Amino acid sequence: MDIRASTLDPSQAGIDHVIGAGDYWLHHLRAGQTLRIVDLEGNQAADTLFFVAADPAERYSAVDSLREQGNVYLGLGSKLLSTEGRVMLEITADLVGRHDTLGGACAAESNTVRYDLEKRSMHSCRDSWLLAVASHESFGLTKRDITHNINFFMNVPVTPSGGLTFEDGLSGPGKYVEMIARLDVIVLISNCPQLNNPCNGYNPTPLQVLVWG
Amino acid sequence: MVIDYETQLDGGKHWSFVAKRGSGLCLEDVAGGANLAMLFYNPLNPLERYNAPDTLKCQHTLRLTRGHCLYSDMGRIFCSIIEDSVGWHDTIGGNANRALVAKRWGDVSYQAARNDWTQNGHDAFLVEAAKYGLGRRDLAANVNWFSKVAADDRGRLTFAAGHSAAGSQVTLRFEMDSLVLLHSCPHPMNPADAYPRQPVKLSFFQAPPVAEDDVCRTSRPENLRGFENNRLYHLGGGH
Repeated sequence: MDIRASTLDPSQAGIDHVIGAGDYWLHHLRAGQTLRIVDLEGNQAADTLFFVAADPAERYSAVDSLREQGNVYLGLGSKLLSTEGRVMLEITADLVGRHDTLGGACAAESNTVRYDLEKRSMHSCRDSWLLAVASHESFGLTKRDITHNINFFMNVPVTPSGGLTFEDGLSGPGKYVEMIARLDVIVLISNCPQLNNPCNGYNPTPLQVLVWG
Repeated sequence: MVIDYETQLDGGKHWSFVAKRGSGLCLEDVAGGANLAMLFYNPLNPLERYNAPDTLKCQHTLRLTRGHCLYSDMGRIFCSIIEDSVGWHDTIGGNANRALVAKRWGDVSYQAARNDWTQNGHDAFLVEAAKYGLGRRDLAANVNWFSKVAADDRGRLTFAAGHSAAGSQVTLRFEMDSLVLLHSCPHPMNPADAYPRQPVKLSFFQAPPVAEDDVCRTSRPENLRGFENNRLYHLGGGH
């Protein structure tokens, strides 16, 4: 787990935005721009999807990214690959150490399986994403595009014998992860509203996003 | 067990079909070292599709074996694994595309080799998906039957060579009607020197009804709720 702080100055960022828990952020990021996601109060999960702006059918691929880097966790130096094997973004600074991309996002329907059938009405990341794409048709995204995401700040350890668990986060107040876009991309973040597991300490809190360049 | 239909998919081929609720499908690695990739969709609403993350996190597992269920993104179970002689099937290794196959094993064209060309899993899935109006936006992390990708204590991934012996079998029972896309192209992490071309035998049969103490239903409390979601779905007439 490699840790590296950024040299970028927040006062110079062109965009400085706070995403409340249970809300989303949908944004075009140009090649060369750097995105920082800050876990303001700690233990929050940033459920994130990336699409190639020129052709959103090409999007972030968790399985291609993991396989080609030969490691099941994302961290400093990880290249976020597209479904066509192209580098979309690269993680350039990280105060956390590792991030999950196996656990997927919470949804009303998966909550019924994981917790209780009567929890179907609780807010979820997928609801936030669906509202985002339905409210912004100009992006050309629909439910078909809601796929396998990254969970920045989330800790999902796997074991050599094939176990998988959700654990208290490695993140903490003010910790951040930073990545540079290598292509023009669309970024879609859900600030996770999950109240049923420790991925956000049972207490969803705000995230901050900063963009330079 | 009465076999309704039996066929063999040679290595490097693709196919698709709609499996009916209650049907069974036994997959056999005929010669050892096979890889059979699969994706699942609801034929009535293909926006409902296999979700590897939900499948793994609902059952707290990185591997798939007997007792596990394959979940859709709508909290329902496409199929359950009722028998397995292998012990670990992969759903995180993904698929090889043409560039990856060319880099690893060379790009042998149809012109040069006819049906012994080096077909790749990505193109194979695209061809089958297109038959149902689906495309690149609809592909997802797939299952790789008979393949094992494990992570060590530091998360480093390795492909287990020689994992599946000749004659290995895994048997599925479909819990709802499912559109199945499949291919037998090589696993992207297979280190073999030559393009692997291992056949898989598929046997279709009628599965016995799901018993109260069924191993897939009862292996985890989550699966009891998954089966309940399927029951509710079928109360509505299957729509």
